[in-house]
Amino acid sequence: MSANLLSIRNVGKRFGGLHVLQDVSFEVPAGSIYGLIGPNGAGKTTVFNLITGLLEPTAGHIDFQGDSLVGLEPHRITHKGIARTFQNIRIFKEMDLLENVMVGMHDHLDYGGFGLFFNSPACRAAEKRARERARELLSWVGLDKKADMLADNLSYGDQRKLEFARALATEPKLLLLDEPVAGMNPSEKTILMEEINNIRNRGYGVFMIEHDMRFVMGLCDRIAVLNFGRIIAEGTPDEVRTNPDVIEAYLGKEDE
Amino acid sequence: MLEQQLLNALTLGSVYALFALGFTLVFGVLAVINLSHGAVFMVGSYVALALITHLQASLWVAMLGAMLASGIVGLLVDMLILKPLRARNAPHLIPMIATIGVGIMLTSAAQGLFGAEVLRFPEETLPAGEFVIGDVHVRALEIAIVAIAFLLMAVLFVALKRTQLGRALRAIAESPKAAWLLGINVEGLFHITSFAAAALGGIAGVLIGLNFNAITPFMGQPMLHKGIAVIILGGMGDIRGALIGGLFLGFAEVISKAYLSSQMGDAVAFGLLFLILLVRPSGLFGRKLERKA
Repeated sequence: MSANLLSIRNVGKRFGGLHVLQDVSFEVPAGSIYGLIGPNGAGKTTVFNLITGLLEPTAGHIDFQGDSLVGLEPHRITHKGIARTFQNIRIFKEMDLLENVMVGMHDHLDYGGFGLFFNSPACRAAEKRARERARELLSWVGLDKKADMLADNLSYGDQRKLEFARALATEPKLLLLDEPVAGMNPSEKTILMEEINNIRNRGYGVFMIEHDMRFVMGLCDRIAVLNFGRIIAEGTPDEVRTNPDVIEAYLGKEDE
Repeated sequence: MLEQQLLNALTLGSVYALFALGFTLVFGVLAVINLSHGAVFMVGSYVALALITHLQASLWVAMLGAMLASGIVGLLVDMLILKPLRARNAPHLIPMIATIGVGIMLTSAAQGLFGAEVLRFPEETLPAGEFVIGDVHVRALEIAIVAIAFLLMAVLFVALKRTQLGRALRAIAESPKAAWLLGINVEGLFHITSFAAAALGGIAGVLIGLNFNAITPFMGQPMLHKGIAVIILGGMGDIRGALIGGLFLGFAEVISKAYLSSQMGDAVAFGLLFLILLVRPSGLFGRKLERKA
């Protein structure tokens, strides 16, 4: 097994005659924050959908810790250790925060169908452990005080944090964040940047798509740049920032 | 006299609620209005009858058998009809039409197998005994019906509210995609839901069959209409709503039959429903009828 958590090699995706991704290759190392940037419509979310199994690639390989992910259903890929958050937040609004997080533990909270009916001690113990773990995860993102609140009542920034905690509840090795700071004000962004750093420091790999250049440059260890479905640059933030192709394709248009 | 009617209403209402609960559960989790639920209800009562008359099973065994058999019918409907439609992203009306077809097939099959005439449980298999409390005659059968209906509803409530399975189902009801990406086997839970809902529908069929001691291939149709009314009244997909709505319909029907007109019971009950929905179009516990893909 290599030090790379996720390896994407020569991946292509076609919708009918439209090539959304072509020959995309990059590696996400363990224990780092990796960024994928690119103009709108470059195919970034498609990359996430391919990794999480919502779509299947038409060419190439996607390996996670040496195992191929291609053809696996999303819940199986989650079992392998990949969790994701959404560009449009999808928390469960009619549940409280604790329950939201516990939904993420589905795989790890196996007390069998029958234990349930007999309210077996093993089942109660599993339930108790899950509750404690959920509280711990909420405390990681600073939401433990609001554990019993309905998720619908959270502020936008807190909803993002809840999504983080819920994703971490699946006990992933790699966390995919789809535009984590979309729609946030600068102070919320700063807080979220800290949260993401904390998550990495706890040993998770983080792979994010983000539009906010300052945010990406300040946070990521390495960055890949996608333009018209192809990777045009890959490297450290400094390398990417000074790459002429990137400046032309992306940074030059930042103010449009 | 009123007390006697209230007892009848409670008996009928608790079975309506049980029936509607399965119906609304499928809508909440699968986002499908499964119009074969009435026929599954009918299947339950025939299975129980067949087990009792042909295999000399006890009533309790017959009830379990009916739940199992109708649950399997529900599971097959999901696996053979709803799943392929989901895979093809069929629009909402398609599963409704498809399940109407299932209902017609099941009704015809029952007619072919058992004939169109009214069948009855042998008297000796019904729970005997009657208590008199004040002026109210309480049949043991009615106690059993109400107890079974409420017990099953309580199990469902607790399972949904307090277990991981319930949390997963509620998560799917809000966003199947988010639930899937959190590691929940959404298809598997669709199957479990379809089984459980049909099992509840099937036992409701046995209970109604026992209460009136009359079973026909066509008994599912009026029940289906009542079920639709109850879940719309309660708020589509809402579990509490199905309970309250079912009890309400039972009371409205029995009381209007007893005090207004025996012919007009259903008309009055449904008229009342209509008036309530004019005031609360999304039902008693209704929320916005939106859901994320």
